Amino acid sequence: MEIPFIYYLIVSGVMFFAGVYGFIARRNMLAILISLELMLNAVDINFAVFNRYLYPGAMEGFFFTLFAIAIAAAETAIAIAIIINIYRNIKNIKSDNLDKMKN
Amino acid sequence: MENIGNEVIFYIIAAVMLIFSVMTVTTKHLLRSATYLLFVLFGTAALYFQLDYHFLGAVQVAVYAGGIVVLFVFSILLTQGLGQNKEKIKSSKLVLALSAAILGAVVCGYSLFTHIFPASRYAMGEEITMKTVGQVLLGSERYQYVLPFELISVLLLACIIGGIMIARKR
Repeated sequence: MEIPFIYYLIVSGVMFFAGVYGFIARRNMLAILISLELMLNAVDINFAVFNRYLYPGAMEGFFFTLFAIAIAAAETAIAIAIIINIYRNIKNIKSDNLDKMKN
Repeated sequence: MENIGNEVIFYIIAAVMLIFSVMTVTTKHLLRSATYLLFVLFGTAALYFQLDYHFLGAVQVAVYAGGIVVLFVFSILLTQGLGQNKEKIKSSKLVLALSAAILGAVVCGYSLFTHIFPASRYAMGEEITMKTVGQVLLGSERYQYVLPFELISVLLLACIIGGIMIARKR
């Protein structure tokens, strides 16, 4: 008796919408980035599960997950570089103070 | 017998992931948030191992748990310090975020439970070998992925250069 694959989808769905909540509610840019990681991870789980359960002969989901992990890592590194640069300029990283960068 | 153990392990992993992913976004301390994110990422790796994607699980542990979370912890300590990293959430934003999340979850759950998926063809213990992974990743025929692989390498190069350019001292 195998695990029904809808259970995996429920787990990843809850993860994704926890990420959505954090993305909108929180003001610290690092917290927003952490929520973004949660969402990316939920999508990766979906790719792997669909590949394994519905198309076990194919490998698209596997490689999409692999590439998505690589892109997520690159994106996080750049985002953290930007955040640290912002911190140098305005001494905090609350997202509602960012209009000061205009001048 | 083995299957029952498998199921129990899945439920434990799923419970850990659900609890910690909610705690990641609700906790006030940023450092705790990063730690809970680490637990969620380890749970994801465990799910990959359970789905017999061993390479994917190893990549997940190496890249996310070994790289990204360490980067997060460093940047939190650089920008916050240990003392004053609590934040308050405005009630208007809280309502907006909760309604967006719940609305999305309802729509998503509705379509998930009413959609009829094709029958599952899952075969236990069927693993993708490293040889296949390497050949498919570097082959240039149909259903092989050398072009995305090269694009990713260019992207990583651009990311390295961009990171240095943005974060250096002027």
